[in-house]
Amino acid sequence: MRRDRERKGVFTRRALLIAGAELTAFGALAAKLYQVQVAEGAKYRTLAESNRISVRLIAPPRGRLLDRFGVPVAANNQNWRALLIAEQAESVGATLDAFARLVPLADHERARIERDVRRHRRFIPVTVREFLTWEEMARIEVNAPDLPGIVVDVGTTRRYPFGPALAHVVGYVAPPSEADMGEDPMLSLPGIRVGRAGMEKYHEPRLRGRAGAVQLEVNAVGRVIRELDRQEGTPGTDVRLTIDATLQQQVLGHLGEESASAVVLDARNGAVLAMATNPSFDPSLFNSGVSQAQWLQWTSNRRAPLINKAAAGLYAPGSTFKIVVAMAGLEARAISPGDRINCPGYLDLGDTRFHCWKRGGHGLLDLRNGIKNSCDVFFYEVARRTGIDRIAAMANRFGLGVPLEIELAGARSGFIPTREWRIAQGKAWNIGDTIVAGIGQGFLQVTPLSLAVMAARIATGRAVQPHLTLAVGGVEEPDNSADAWPSMGLSAHAMNIVREGMWAVVNEQNGTAPIAKLPLPDVQMAGKTGSSQVRRVSREQREHGFKSETLPWEFRPHALFVAFAPTDRPRYACAVVVEHGNAGAAAAAPVARDIMVDVLTRDPANRRQPPPDRVAQGSPA
Amino acid sequence: MSILERRLIREPSFGLTGKLFQVSWGFVLLLCALAAVGYAALYSAGGGAEPYASRHALRFAFGLMLMLCIALADIRFIARLSWPAYVVGVALLVLVAHMGHVGKGAQRWIELGGMQWQPSEFMKLALVMALAAWFHQASWERVGNPLFLIPPVIVVLVPVGMILKEPNLGTAVITAVVGASVFLGAGLRWWKIAIVLAALGAAAPLAYAHLHDYQRARITTFLNPESDPLGTGYNIIQSKIALGSGGMWGKGFMQGTQNHLNFLPEKQTDFVFTIIAEEFGLVGSLAVLALLCLITLAAMAMALRCRHQYGRLVALGVSVNFFMYVFVNVAMVMGAIPVGGVPLPLVSHGGSATIMVMVGFGVLMSAYVHRDAEFGDAERDV
Repeated sequence: MRRDRERKGVFTRRALLIAGAELTAFGALAAKLYQVQVAEGAKYRTLAESNRISVRLIAPPRGRLLDRFGVPVAANNQNWRALLIAEQAESVGATLDAFARLVPLADHERARIERDVRRHRRFIPVTVREFLTWEEMARIEVNAPDLPGIVVDVGTTRRYPFGPALAHVVGYVAPPSEADMGEDPMLSLPGIRVGRAGMEKYHEPRLRGRAGAVQLEVNAVGRVIRELDRQEGTPGTDVRLTIDATLQQQVLGHLGEESASAVVLDARNGAVLAMATNPSFDPSLFNSGVSQAQWLQWTSNRRAPLINKAAAGLYAPGSTFKIVVAMAGLEARAISPGDRINCPGYLDLGDTRFHCWKRGGHGLLDLRNGIKNSCDVFFYEVARRTGIDRIAAMANRFGLGVPLEIELAGARSGFIPTREWRIAQGKAWNIGDTIVAGIGQGFLQVTPLSLAVMAARIATGRAVQPHLTLAVGGVEEPDNSADAWPSMGLSAHAMNIVREGMWAVVNEQNGTAPIAKLPLPDVQMAGKTGSSQVRRVSREQREHGFKSETLPWEFRPHALFVAFAPTDRPRYACAVVVEHGNAGAAAAAPVARDIMVDVLTRDPANRRQPPPDRVAQGSPA
Repeated sequence: MSILERRLIREPSFGLTGKLFQVSWGFVLLLCALAAVGYAALYSAGGGAEPYASRHALRFAFGLMLMLCIALADIRFIARLSWPAYVVGVALLVLVAHMGHVGKGAQRWIELGGMQWQPSEFMKLALVMALAAWFHQASWERVGNPLFLIPPVIVVLVPVGMILKEPNLGTAVITAVVGASVFLGAGLRWWKIAIVLAALGAAAPLAYAHLHDYQRARITTFLNPESDPLGTGYNIIQSKIALGSGGMWGKGFMQGTQNHLNFLPEKQTDFVFTIIAEEFGLVGSLAVLALLCLITLAAMAMALRCRHQYGRLVALGVSVNFFMYVFVNVAMVMGAIPVGGVPLPLVSHGGSATIMVMVGFGVLMSAYVHRDAEFGDAERDV
């Protein structure tokens, strides 16, 4: 006990000492407070006064996106909105009641407004309603005396004159996320939007511009007394796209109600003239936030309206791939132009039988007629002789299975299998896999965009890359001239044979797609059909006279068609994919024909101005 | 003292009602008053109960319940938790070093239950408990033995080093001072403390070389805030303007221009004191300072009433910790010491600080409620 008393004694002395030190410290703090608050108070009060100049940012107008003729495809609309300044209203409730009689307000809107009024100081305007129509605005203005505290002002909002027709290319804007805020103080301004997809996203740094600033004198409670200085910001730069908006609408029209996509390129330089995907969505819906119900409707739709099928849809190339196989076989000298192969209607390999699409077979064929008739057995044999690795290398040279330089973030590169890839998977590459690849089935996946690139490259022999930007701020991009693209370095003779086969597909009586013959004088189109199986055809089905039309929609094969025109001086390349459209010749070839007729009559690549008769149709209401 | 008498004094009926009767309700009232000051300041900062003040009230109410629950727990039971708590604290520091959130240039947060927790705040309490447990079982003579002092010194240096490494200079210094106060209360000789302080002073230039850029910037701007009025000096200048323009009587509740024109940075957290000073003037700020002083001294008084060394030392440590929070924060907003992320307990908005301070007061209150408890192993001469 004595010891504890000893410890307690020491503790008490020490604790009192610490308490004394603490008291002294508090005294020092108090003295310092007196010094800052009273002794030097006058100095700091003056400084507080001078704090009354406040700098506010003003948002610059966002740059527009134009089509190749200068027609706006993304522009700024004036957005009329009603604001409420609480201190000017005798009663916020009464003003809102009066407002609701003119422009109906939902309960949740009203709750939001009242919450905003409570949160802000009474001289700060609170948004009552955005996107007022002209009539609503007129009603508010006329009744202004009954609406104390309500003011109408104008902001900007993004407008997409072509709406769904260009949604996948142009993209859309949306309010910035929390994560964006840090990078640019301008993004915290009310009503500001940033590009979230498509060209709106890719060209965001050019479209956004720089914020201006206005210096305001504010009084002690922050109310604006007058404007002292104003620095205008730099408006965003206009960007011109390679797209022809009117052509785009026409292409979309040709796709009809199908779940389909089509790409039209300037074959000489890869400029994308049209890139249409059906069905599509309304990009302006993202402007003010997409509702849950709308989002569900989009994502549950099996025709996938949010996906840009032209650049991100993956399909087996089917018989369109025979162009690549033919070039690979010729380049590798696995087949010469004069070689003939017999097609009895099937090819037996070990105990597996590979069928030709034509039951009786084609008989003896050379390469040109192999392409013209799209004979499967012919290309089984060419593929077998050439080998998968040389086919894959040629496919990559034609833009299949490799990333393309398109500006769309969601674009996919597809996939071309190689022996190495299969071995890396821990499996062996079978000769049967090569046979199937010879007709574009099996592991292969390509996008409609890459098929159009393939068509452009076989047409011109140049390694063009697809692109969507024509000019930024009036300065033309260099890749829009044909000289910008190197030759592919393939034998001109080989390419001519393949082109001739493609010509025969369309223009000879017993080709696979005579339906695609152009109804124009002096101009001819070359093309290649394809249909890519979604499901393997069983032997049983084949023997019972299999008809793909009888399958449920989602199991029917996709219909494909690639084309270029004119055949003598190729200028345009085109690819069409109709999902579950059965045969390429029936479903895709007529679409490609109609598109090509429009392209050739408009001839957008050689014009600077849209054809005068078409402007009226192209511009929106 | 007869045996019977001792029993009566040392083992009062520790029933729940009896314990509730023993709680220092005056002290609880002081804490409520401080929290009310915080509510008013945050009400002004948010221009209404939302978004800060109402959440602050909720957090304080939760902290108060927690404090009372802990106060009713037997201090001997709490004492047994001292070393486990210390181990958990160190483990949390290790955790935060490896996977914590990096905020404002330092890695010091753990996200839990919708709140960001700084393990260093828990560590300070655990450290006080561990040191109290160590010195509790030592006679006064043993405290003079240098060999006996080596383990507790290590116990202090490990968390201080880890907090420095986060890096969080302010909290590391507070932790070290709180640890030192427990040594002092245990009866460590003055001259030994002097030697340690001298050694630390000598190490200061060395430490400066290892400081992070933002910490050095703070020290430079502290020495001359006008050198960079829109950069690091901005906080201090604006904060001083807020204080100074408040004058003697203040601008009135919700009338602070610095506050409402948003010139004040982080006004609702670390700089909450400036709102009080601007709107209520010197009168208001001195009144709040007096309240803070009263709480500090009341806590110290409770320490003196304890009949066991563990309770005394824990109460002392908790009291000094509270004082250090207050001193560093108030000195910081006046520009008297370099700015560091130290909140004003029970007044500042946000984070785990309010809750951890209340937990600390809970332990203090338990020591006070059970001030006459007899530790079985007390003053054993090991």
